[in-house]
Amino acid sequence: MFQIEDLWVSIDDKEVLKGINLHIKKGETHALFGKNGSGKTTLLMTIMGFGRYQVRQGRITFLGHDITHMPTYERAQLGIGMAFQRPPTIRGVKTKDILKVCAGGKMSVTALAFEYGFENFLDREINHGFSGGEIKKSELLQLVAQDPKLVLLDEPESGVDLESLQLIGQIIRRVLQKDLRRVDRHKAGLIITHTGYILNYLNADMGHVMAGGQIACQGHPMDILEHVKKSGYEECVRCLCFQN
Amino acid sequence: MPVLPELKEAAVKSKDKKAALGPDLDLLQFRRQAQDWSYDEKYASFEEQEKQHLLRAGIELTDLDHAGTFLQADRSIMHCKTSQPGLEILPIKEALKKYNGLPDYYWRLVPVDADKYTAATELELDNGYFIRALPGARISQPVEACLYIRTEGLAQHVHNIVVAEPGSHLHIITGCTTHPGVTSGLHLGISEFYVKKGAHLTFTMVHNWAENVHVRPRSAIIVEEGGVYLSNYIVLKPVKSVQMYPSVRLVGEGAVARLNSVVVAHPGSELDLGGRVVLEAPHSRAEVIARTVTTGGTAIARGHLIGKVPNIKAHLECRGLILAKQGIMYAVPELTGEVAGVEMSHEAAVGRIAQEEIEYLMARGLTEDEAASTIVRGFLNVEIEGLPQALRDDIERTIQETEKGL
Repeated sequence: MFQIEDLWVSIDDKEVLKGINLHIKKGETHALFGKNGSGKTTLLMTIMGFGRYQVRQGRITFLGHDITHMPTYERAQLGIGMAFQRPPTIRGVKTKDILKVCAGGKMSVTALAFEYGFENFLDREINHGFSGGEIKKSELLQLVAQDPKLVLLDEPESGVDLESLQLIGQIIRRVLQKDLRRVDRHKAGLIITHTGYILNYLNADMGHVMAGGQIACQGHPMDILEHVKKSGYEECVRCLCFQN
Repeated sequence: MPVLPELKEAAVKSKDKKAALGPDLDLLQFRRQAQDWSYDEKYASFEEQEKQHLLRAGIELTDLDHAGTFLQADRSIMHCKTSQPGLEILPIKEALKKYNGLPDYYWRLVPVDADKYTAATELELDNGYFIRALPGARISQPVEACLYIRTEGLAQHVHNIVVAEPGSHLHIITGCTTHPGVTSGLHLGISEFYVKKGAHLTFTMVHNWAENVHVRPRSAIIVEEGGVYLSNYIVLKPVKSVQMYPSVRLVGEGAVARLNSVVVAHPGSELDLGGRVVLEAPHSRAEVIARTVTTGGTAIARGHLIGKVPNIKAHLECRGLILAKQGIMYAVPELTGEVAGVEMSHEAAVGRIAQEEIEYLMARGLTEDEAASTIVRGFLNVEIEGLPQALRDDIERTIQETEKGL
């Protein structure tokens, strides 16, 4: 469904991603681990096609289309959606206006907001004065409305209190069709997580550890997480380099 | 007409005094003679094209859905009517006669000798409105006031006084505009607003002038204990120059002022706009918010908050978008705290639309142009109760035209 081959990416002429390969099948969810600055967010931003991220080499394909140089909105229309870690505040633009754009008339955004107790935010300017948890909720509800086939989540649990984490987990399950049998799922997901808490709410199929702009290790996400918790990323990367 | 001789004297002394801000104008360049337009009870003398043009300044030529209406064309009062008890509307010249010169209100907030424009208005007053909500009167529908230049090249001199008596509620929509055939002129408008104890005044002003019209409003407002003054100013159409700097004094405990402006500076326009609020009583609050777009003109957004006593709260915000290569935006936010215990803040941002915001919306499926439009639309979003639908539609059209410049 989604494939990255030998992807090299620069930001302002500085090489950040150095030969990434990644393959995600329909129904799968992959987790991305790695220290700050290892290139995780850059990878997601590149998949979304943002201007600052210059692809120097390699190819990204999605549902049989080469999207490597496709404009962001066409990727979105093709079925790629992203929940931002730190989305911008846009003054004067209301949350409901963006939800409506995402829904494209396919669902009632008011009903959606009521379902998750978000109705008081509909008339507020997007992200203006939102708490960390409110931002995440807003991002995920936009994804519910957008209903993308490939779901990119950049640290969906950061800044969220434990009580709200459960709800965030529920919404992600919905976006990724986790309550369907795997063969019936049409979605795929790629989740950046630092803490791994979010993995308690959904099973990820594969984990990748990024280091220095490369995928340094792959394995079962829970194994990786356990290893990182015990020995840290340095050790994790070293161990896997050794394995390779 | 009984007018204090010292006012005249001060005006004469200041008749050549340049204003502190804005391009200096030679008053002799403008006509002072205009035809006398006769009173028009049923708005029968307006052509269709003229009616449409007035609508764009928010003026519906009807007495329906209005608590009262006032229409001054050039120097003549063409319509003046009250349809709700508790509301008084008079041409200012009549009010001066009826109330013996309005000694408590006339030139009490705006100094007559501020500059040549205040002086000229006193020395050669055309007319203006006196609008008063009686104590406790809840005027539910808006009052519509129109100041209209119908003659090419005319200088219109207007003095307005608004009094919201204790406990009253009043919303005035003032549309200022020119005849569709008029391209140049000058509007001098003195406005003095008195918001008394517990009163609530909303003042919405829509400017829809022509490309070579100069505008010099001189406004001042005083708000007593528990009073609320809300001002909305909208100028979206080309005009040669506007310079104004209304000044609000919050003199009673818990008084509130909110000044909003939505401004588009077109090529050739010079807009020097500001607002000052002096917080003189405990628990008074103020908010001044200016949203300005330039599509090639010059826009200056000033704002000054002065906190004189503890336990006041005030915020000033100037946001500007430059949507053309030549546009100039100058934001001048000022805060003065004169004692400890004031809470005042300001925020000023000038620039183009942030790429990050555009890409965020593109990630939701909008094209780059659609994303930029959405941001401009949000920026200029005007949500004011009581605006006629025709004006809302016109604002929408103007936003669409503005977006074309992106």
